[in-house]
Amino acid sequence: MSFPPPGRDFYGRLPFDPMVPPPKPARVREVTGGTRKNRAATEKARKYQREEVVELARRRHLLDVDDLEGEEMEHILETARSFSEVMRRPIKKVPSLRGKTVVNLFYEPSTRTRLSFEVAAKRLSADVLNFTASTSSVEKGESLKDTALTLRAMGVDAVIVRHPAAGAPWLLRRWLDVCVINAGDGMHAHPTQALLDLFTMRERLGGLEGRTIAYVGDILHSRVARSGFKACLAMGMRVIAVAPPTLLPSFVPPGVEVQHDLDEVLPRCDVLYILRIQKERQTEGRFPSLQEYVSLYQLNMERLGKARPGVLVMHPGPMNRGVEIASEVADAPHAAITSQVAAGVAVRMAVLFLLLGSGEGGV
Amino acid sequence: MPELLIRGARVIDPFQELDEVLDVVVARGRVVEVGKDLPGKGREVIEAEGKVLSPGFLDLHVHLREPGREDEETLRSGLEAAVRGGFTAVCCMPNTEPPLDNAPLVEDLVLRARELGLADLFPVGCVSQGRKGRELAEMGLMHRSQARVRAFSDDGDGIADAGLMRRALEYVKAFDGVVVSHPEDADLSLGGQVNEGEVSWAMGLRGIPALAEEVIVARDLLLAEETGARLHLAHLSTARSVRMVREAKARGVRVTAEVTPHHLVLTEKDIRDYDPVFKVNPPLRTRQDVEELRRALAEGVIDAVATDHAPHSPEEKEVEFDYAPFGVVGMESAFPVLHTELVEKGVLDLVRLITRLTSGPARVLGLRPPEYGGGVAVGARADLVVLDLESEWTIDAYSFASRGRNCPFHGWRVRGRVVLTLKGGRVVHRMEGVL
Repeated sequence: MSFPPPGRDFYGRLPFDPMVPPPKPARVREVTGGTRKNRAATEKARKYQREEVVELARRRHLLDVDDLEGEEMEHILETARSFSEVMRRPIKKVPSLRGKTVVNLFYEPSTRTRLSFEVAAKRLSADVLNFTASTSSVEKGESLKDTALTLRAMGVDAVIVRHPAAGAPWLLRRWLDVCVINAGDGMHAHPTQALLDLFTMRERLGGLEGRTIAYVGDILHSRVARSGFKACLAMGMRVIAVAPPTLLPSFVPPGVEVQHDLDEVLPRCDVLYILRIQKERQTEGRFPSLQEYVSLYQLNMERLGKARPGVLVMHPGPMNRGVEIASEVADAPHAAITSQVAAGVAVRMAVLFLLLGSGEGGV
Repeated sequence: MPELLIRGARVIDPFQELDEVLDVVVARGRVVEVGKDLPGKGREVIEAEGKVLSPGFLDLHVHLREPGREDEETLRSGLEAAVRGGFTAVCCMPNTEPPLDNAPLVEDLVLRARELGLADLFPVGCVSQGRKGRELAEMGLMHRSQARVRAFSDDGDGIADAGLMRRALEYVKAFDGVVVSHPEDADLSLGGQVNEGEVSWAMGLRGIPALAEEVIVARDLLLAEETGARLHLAHLSTARSVRMVREAKARGVRVTAEVTPHHLVLTEKDIRDYDPVFKVNPPLRTRQDVEELRRALAEGVIDAVATDHAPHSPEEKEVEFDYAPFGVVGMESAFPVLHTELVEKGVLDLVRLITRLTSGPARVLGLRPPEYGGGVAVGARADLVVLDLESEWTIDAYSFASRGRNCPFHGWRVRGRVVLTLKGGRVVHRMEGVL
């Protein structure tokens, strides 16, 4: 069982309101009338929902957002909201994952994602081990498989993996019998980023259905865009991909609108999601010069002026100020970039909590 | 050795255009009698009723890894795998270390293969010295050597320099050699892992566009047409490549082409869980490409099935998809997989499948008896296989003779099996209990 029984909180003592009752699936909301028939339907749906939640814990992995059914995504976001309240308390630590060991297995340099997972795990009282490629036996040529077997032998409970090669978390899942959480694999997926982005957008915009988000920049090489597209489409958002054709895939997933002119798109968007541009894309011949990219695609104050008044500006970090985003924009009230970081901790707490459960003995 | 009588098999021999239930007698390494109701007295009799007898297969494209990577495959393990798969002759590719770019090296391989007495070896020599794509290798001397090399390729790397390709095509005309093109433009496929498109997007891997193959196919067809030389296109994988070959053949260009079992059976969507066993070059393509390849094979636009057998060590293949080498092993699974997926599903009839495994590839190389292709005829060397089309079994890569375990068909339930292989009249493979 992964979440506290009704009426108990993470401490097992006080009622923890935001958690109880767990969120209702959308289809239940339509039938919460007073008739007996409806009550029966509600009961059935609750039971179903309970099974869903158990399913999430049983699955034990979060590799990409499409692992999650609609209700599960909702459940993570609701749980994250409870945790963001925990984070406003003077004492931010809860004992939910006491005795659990979580490994941060990072094969790629990363500050914020690794720290975010570390803080999340520590606030849940898990023990956290950090394994980074530069300080480990990776340099001596140990394979991913051998590292996986080592971690398995050590009896860790969860592995959070960041890897430059797409699919590495899938390989780990095959070799490990513990929870695997994808913290970004190559150009492929970054599910916790997508979830924290949804969380941030919901906090700032309210409902997401029918809202429009434009992803701007190097979509072809972006795991943030890949997972983000799926998450936003699942929430009923309209997704626009804005980039020069050389930074777009030859195949664009159904439901995603492609545009090359940022200025034309601006007035239609509720969210402008700016992607980091890597300088080596220029030497690869993806665009002629940084200067040209900046003048055509940088989100600057002038462009922000053409956008909707309440537009939300997001960026997965780390930012190249002055390249894909102008410094003043990054610091403008429209920018949700620091909210994204805060949301990251709450969402990762929720993911760890729901995947690792609270142990056989309860909390 | 007593005379061997194979009784009651359906004899399918594309070389004589024969498809008839017959008895075949083998003695002193040769077929000595073909007929009906032949007496079994004094002969070792193999009852092959309900089975199929055909000439041994020829595989135009295998990697035997010798010299250089004997941990992955050796002549012995590779040729053992060949005869278990029904191949009594194979062409080994020159991307070894050192590369097969000179006469002594190819001669040495052929002589050692002969001593093993398993399958015949027809090495493919390098087009350029050291496979570096600059100066021509000594193709004439390799052809004159005991290895009798007649096909040349810088396999694994395409020939980027169109000028070199042109000169190679012109040069081999002197002895009616054939240049085998590995059609890949390295700039277009740079860093690619899977077919570019829906799957490369979904998997977050760099794509290899169909175009990387097609621009080279187009170029080489033009060069072959202009020079009048013989061109063979290795492992075609896209529908547009097939269309270009079909048109070129209609124009009279001297071109032949091959396709692998995996490109005929698997699509990009079969890649599961980033398992590098599905990582091949050219990559697995789309359903439409597979349909077109199948049609072309049935029509004869594609002349041969070749396995591109490429063994890799497990420590090289059990890694992240990006870091794994390209290639699958294929000789021991080729016939059963093709029989199950193409013949039993009505895509291709059995006679045509056997044709693409025997006389098709023989024509590509221009091989004639006694080197290869005597068929099931009196006086021909007894290089024969017996196929059991009813036998149902599960492919187990761990029971292969090949050292490679990287088989995408591992665990597949198949129907059809090579139950007996004769090389020069000698039993080199026999499924005990089945035959």
